[in-house]
Amino acid sequence: MIADHLPALQVVIPLLAAPLCVLLRWPGPAWALATAASWATFGVAVLLLIAVLEQGVLSYHLGGWEPPWGIEYRIDLANAFVLLIVAAISAVVLPFARRSVAVEIPEDKAYLFYCMYLLCLTGLLGIAATGDAFNVFVFLEISSLSSYVLISLGKDRRALTAAFQYLIMGTIGATFYLIGVGLLYAMTGTLNMVDLAQRIPAVADTRTVQAAFAFLVIGIGVKAAAFPLHLWLPNAYCYAPSVVTAFLAATATKVSIYVALRILFTVFGPAFSFETLEIDIVTVPFALIAMLLASTVAIFQTNVKRLLAYSSVAQIGYMVLGISLGTVTGVTAGIVHLFNHAMIKGGLFLALGCVFLTLGSVQLRDMAGLARRMPWTMAAFVIGGLSLIGVPLTTGFISKWVLIQATLEKGLWYFAVLILASSLLAVVYVWRVVEAAYFRPVPESAAEVSEAPLALLVPTWLLILANVYFGVDTSLTLGVARRAAETLLGAAA
Amino acid sequence: MIEPGLYNYWIVVILMMAGFFIVMSHGNLVKKIVGLNIFQTSVFILYISLSKVSDATAPILDEAYSEYSNPLPHVLILTAIVVGVATSALGLALIVRIREAYGTVEEDEVIAQDPDL
Repeated sequence: MIADHLPALQVVIPLLAAPLCVLLRWPGPAWALATAASWATFGVAVLLLIAVLEQGVLSYHLGGWEPPWGIEYRIDLANAFVLLIVAAISAVVLPFARRSVAVEIPEDKAYLFYCMYLLCLTGLLGIAATGDAFNVFVFLEISSLSSYVLISLGKDRRALTAAFQYLIMGTIGATFYLIGVGLLYAMTGTLNMVDLAQRIPAVADTRTVQAAFAFLVIGIGVKAAAFPLHLWLPNAYCYAPSVVTAFLAATATKVSIYVALRILFTVFGPAFSFETLEIDIVTVPFALIAMLLASTVAIFQTNVKRLLAYSSVAQIGYMVLGISLGTVTGVTAGIVHLFNHAMIKGGLFLALGCVFLTLGSVQLRDMAGLARRMPWTMAAFVIGGLSLIGVPLTTGFISKWVLIQATLEKGLWYFAVLILASSLLAVVYVWRVVEAAYFRPVPESAAEVSEAPLALLVPTWLLILANVYFGVDTSLTLGVARRAAETLLGAAA
Repeated sequence: MIEPGLYNYWIVVILMMAGFFIVMSHGNLVKKIVGLNIFQTSVFILYISLSKVSDATAPILDEAYSEYSNPLPHVLILTAIVVGVATSALGLALIVRIREAYGTVEEDEVIAQDPDL
């Protein structure tokens, strides 16, 4: 009975928990409720993935209204996988949040933090669950508005400006998406994604549909921070509270990439996106520039949070490149990197959160000799860093392996060379942190710090060990990603 | 050739570009929010214009009429209007906090105080 309502529960649990957090008021109970809600959504996400693996596509009709008139939650392998990523990251990050919030956010505002966090989670899960193009916009704005608030809660006053910049760019992106949906509705009279896919071919030659495509791709590109639409990202990640950075870096851009996948493959179809409009002519060069340029910029950062933020822009380049190849292997690479990068960056930003919460700074010069004083934290950072570079036995290697396979499949060997070059740049920026932490002497003026508390280390190591685990056992990640890619491309029956 | 029936859409395009230009060109944060509002409003008008069917009436069932305008875009855009109001409110609240922290609402003066933004 309740199993029939899993797709709705996925979104409704955090949505209902959010106002309850406001009613609870005290930070402790609000945190407990948020964590319980987040773990419940994680459970639902696991059950959903199992159900989809067993039964195929789940279609849930909200309020009992039949699609295409009513809103449909349509869960196939691609979004069940994304739901699992978002719910899992949130379930790991929230235990970490308690201490981060206690240090970085005034106590009287803590319950509002948890409310906003849950709303952001609701929005991200909703985007992934829904099969309705307009519903995506609504959830996109729920997650965006709450993430502007979460970013602005950073202690540094620059967090305010960063949140404002993100608000301006994010709203423009979302409005572009809205224009695109409106134009599609004008031509087809439907908002349901599956229904849209059936009706678009008849009107695909019109300029309205092509303009709609452009608006949708650009709009979602801003939210996904795809180069050159990434300008909001470094500041937003850099000045947000530690836990917010870890959560958003691991989930928000990933969900937007998923929406891009839906638009390109489900709504318009690969034939329209890649043969009629040849979107890869635009996206491939930008993805390559992102991989090389953002990695290079990352090398010159002195703030490690900012360094990782630029690295994120480069990593999104990998995902865009994989998707732009338009083949099953390419899309598999994009989807599997979506999952792997969520774990890599989630783990790394949590490790940095440990540093920030004990040391009070994430500047490179303040981290000199830190490995002797915080060995466990820095060891986590090193393993995460290795995964970011793509060393074998880590998840990063799996992503790059599949991506390089996809490029070679198309005979684009020079892309493979560029991917390797970008990995070498990653070696340099990860090394800069390692060099500072392991090989430089502790400055005499440095404050006395010791290892981060267990409450912070356990979530961090959970994600880091997941990196190693999924680097060895790829049956879940790679297997699901490949089947999801086949579904998206319509290759599987 | 401009058809008179497309008058609405020309207004939409003009408002959209004007709003977009204000967001990009103005350094005053409040003006940016105003520009953003104009930009969003143009999209509201776009949706409302879409739903108009020539010679049709409001979608209230009556034996005298057989053609009705489409009410769905109106409902959709009500949602978008609410989102727009929330965005403006949040943007203005951030501006208040920025003014408290920096003593100005001009973007270049804010960046002058924190050069690495």
